[in-house]
Amino acid sequence: MSHFLFFLLAALCFGSVLGMIIYKNQAYNALFLILAFASLGGLFGFLDAPFIAVVQIIIYAGAIMVLFIFVIMMIDVRFGIPPEKKKWTLYLSLGLAIILFFELALALKGAFSLNGPDAVHKASPADLGRVLFTKYLYQFEITSILIIAAIVGAIVLVKKKEKE
Amino acid sequence: MIPISYFLVLSILLFIMGAIAFFIKRDLITMFMAVEVMLNAANLAFLALAKSANSIDGQVIVFFIITVAAAEATVGLAIILLIFRQKKTIKSEDIKLMKG
Amino acid sequence: MTEIFWLIPFVPALSTLILGVFGRKLPKKYVSFQACFAIFISFAISVISLIGLLQTARESYPIVKNLFSWINSGSFQANLSLQLDPLSAVMALVVSGVGFIIHVYSVGYMANDEGYTRYFTYLNLFTFAMLILVMASNIVLMFVGWEGVGLCSYLLIGFWFEKHSAANAGKKAFIVNRVGDAAFIIGILFILVHIGSGEFTAINGAISGGAVSQGLATVIAILLFVGATGKSAQIPLYVWLPDAMEGPTPVSALIHAATMVTAGVYMVCRMNLLYTLSETAALIVATVGALTAIYAGTMALTQNDIKRVLAYSTISQIGYMFIGCGVGAYAAGMFHLYTHAFFKSLLFLCAGSVMHALSGEANMKKMGGLRKYLPITYPTFLIGAIAIAGVPFLSGFFSKDAILTQAFAQGKYFIWALGILGAVLTALYMFRLIFLTFYGEERLEPEAKKHIHESPRAMTIPLVILAFFSVVAGYIGLPVVFGKKLNLFHRFLEPVIGEGHEAHLGLGTEWMLILISVAVAFLGIYIAYVFYIRSPQIPRTLVARFPFVHKLLFNKYYVDEIYNALFVNSTIKGSEIIYDKFDLKVIDGGVNGAATAAGFFGKILSYFQSGLIKDYALIFLLGLIIFLGYLLIF
Repeated sequence: MSHFLFFLLAALCFGSVLGMIIYKNQAYNALFLILAFASLGGLFGFLDAPFIAVVQIIIYAGAIMVLFIFVIMMIDVRFGIPPEKKKWTLYLSLGLAIILFFELALALKGAFSLNGPDAVHKASPADLGRVLFTKYLYQFEITSILIIAAIVGAIVLVKKKEKE
Repeated sequence: MIPISYFLVLSILLFIMGAIAFFIKRDLITMFMAVEVMLNAANLAFLALAKSANSIDGQVIVFFIITVAAAEATVGLAIILLIFRQKKTIKSEDIKLMKG
Repeated sequence: MTEIFWLIPFVPALSTLILGVFGRKLPKKYVSFQACFAIFISFAISVISLIGLLQTARESYPIVKNLFSWINSGSFQANLSLQLDPLSAVMALVVSGVGFIIHVYSVGYMANDEGYTRYFTYLNLFTFAMLILVMASNIVLMFVGWEGVGLCSYLLIGFWFEKHSAANAGKKAFIVNRVGDAAFIIGILFILVHIGSGEFTAINGAISGGAVSQGLATVIAILLFVGATGKSAQIPLYVWLPDAMEGPTPVSALIHAATMVTAGVYMVCRMNLLYTLSETAALIVATVGALTAIYAGTMALTQNDIKRVLAYSTISQIGYMFIGCGVGAYAAGMFHLYTHAFFKSLLFLCAGSVMHALSGEANMKKMGGLRKYLPITYPTFLIGAIAIAGVPFLSGFFSKDAILTQAFAQGKYFIWALGILGAVLTALYMFRLIFLTFYGEERLEPEAKKHIHESPRAMTIPLVILAFFSVVAGYIGLPVVFGKKLNLFHRFLEPVIGEGHEAHLGLGTEWMLILISVAVAFLGIYIAYVFYIRSPQIPRTLVARFPFVHKLLFNKYYVDEIYNALFVNSTIKGSEIIYDKFDLKVIDGGVNGAATAAGFFGKILSYFQSGLIKDYALIFLLGLIIFLGYLLIF
């Protein structure tokens, strides 16, 4: 049963990303991506990380992609994009990507035989919180500052110049 | 249970597809989305290996990655907006200020 | 009293440093004061050292003071060490004494010149180098001084460097000197290799101990002498001295009359054991000296530039000094050096005074009848001329006579004959100069005549002082006929040059030789009188009858042209070719090529910088793959 669910979610994810690649319309791309993130969230659940799964859906699919959609609507690209002039970079990048695939596979080869421990312990938010606020407290605080900086930065960047 | 290798394979596939998408696409927004895909692929790999090592640290890392990706998306989209305002285009070929 | 003798060179050195660094900001009056005062202190210390030296026992000569360990490599040592002995004391006195007088003269002569401070700096520098040269206790340090005076000679000859001829003259002096110095260096190397040390005490010890064979001595002596011909302007390296008259007249007086050009003579006297050992070398020295004396004397007869006559006269007189050294009469040679310093610098300074009076005119054809306008310059000039001509009771007579007597006594009759002929020429050209300048009809330019004036006191007082010494300086070296005891000079130098190198003649022969010298001097004066006062048409007829001879003499035997054709032009051509083929193509090509290559590679690399994000990302990917591959393989 779980295998079936896994393959369903995996196929969904894979298919959405594929769709994102194929279609040229940005809005379609964004929607496909939302689907991909959602399925990923499901996959996270399989990995004994319920909190992360929910966070993924709320933040990634819910906030970030919405941001993307806002920007797509604001930019309002009507005209189509003519084909690329330099085709050879395209083929080169495809080839390189395939090479990378094999390399990564090779790199992670050692981990393929690993298996999870038999005792399954789903990580609850409490567990996560416990670690976050003790062992990773410093990084936690820094990250919060980072977020504030990003917010302020984004606002400052986009603010229209005040007419004197 | 589902073996870890499945997740790792999926992660690799997602990463490669994200990379391919980055090189194929020619408008900035979609390229940016491809970057997000790559990040998620990394998240998946982290979680898989965290589960196999029975450590919660992997999840903490993923937590941070999601947060930082959010911040990065914010600022990145702001910049794309600015570029569009200036050049009225989001084609990546037209952004050639650093030529030479 | 002798402890402070090592300060003698360093007081002018300190002065040079101060003037060189701060000179521009100091007032002119102070500059000249400091420069002259520094030399005066040197002179005072020289006097004190001399007195101290006379009080010390002869066995402790020379007094050496090692100041600084300079070169210390393996078994070879050369230190900055100075020595005080009779020879160096005499030279130090001459250099600082005459130098001081000329410094004072320069205050007046160079008063309106722009390079006033530079002049005194160079002059002090020269004095320092010359004093190092004469007081060095080893030959390597002496060579340092040797080179130093060469440098200062270049700087001072080309003092008015904006004038083309002056700059060329300076260059010529330096290069010709260099040719001599090359031989000198090889000589030094021979000494260092075979004797092991450059210290004069060591060299003398080795020679008297028999460690030096005659062949070796000959080789070294000749090499050193070639260097001396460059520095002291003998055949074949004399060509720079007449051109050196482009420099200011006090420079000509100091460097090219009294001090630098005598460095070669000093060197031969310092190495006298070497030249005594090798008779061949001594003979060469004497012969070259004698030939040069005649040769230069003939050229002096036809020159019209007042300073050129004196330049050739200097070359000729130094030839006499070398005659003295060559026949073994080192004391006589040094004695002539000492008296010559006085009357030659007097003559040069007087010539400068004449030129100053005539607003820079140096051509004797445009002078004449000046004796009523220059009441101080004329008598002093006359005294100098009489002294150099060898008229009895003045200094030149004593010194010249000493040399010629010794030449005769050693059996070198041919050299003696040349010397006597030279004496005639000396008197002749000298009095030609006097008569053309001060007597006869006035041939002055009207502009010059309007501004004619006697020189200021700063210039005339040195003239008087030098004239005084030109008269009395000879009395410390009375000839043997008056009793050997009375030749104080010779006795003073004995520890250095030894006794008994000189042969002794019977009293009768000595008196005869003296009479011949005197007669010859008066003969020359008389001929000059006839040619230029009584019947001035005689020179003109002679020139008309023997145009070829006159042309030859007037054009200095075309030696400059010969040297140019043989050596100079080929060297210039050669260096042009090297410049073209090697310097431009290879060296510049290499440097420029490196730059071009860098530019080329930069151009290639810039192709990658398209400004497009995707291309950069591509490179990222490539880098990632390579890196990952590297990690995987290893």
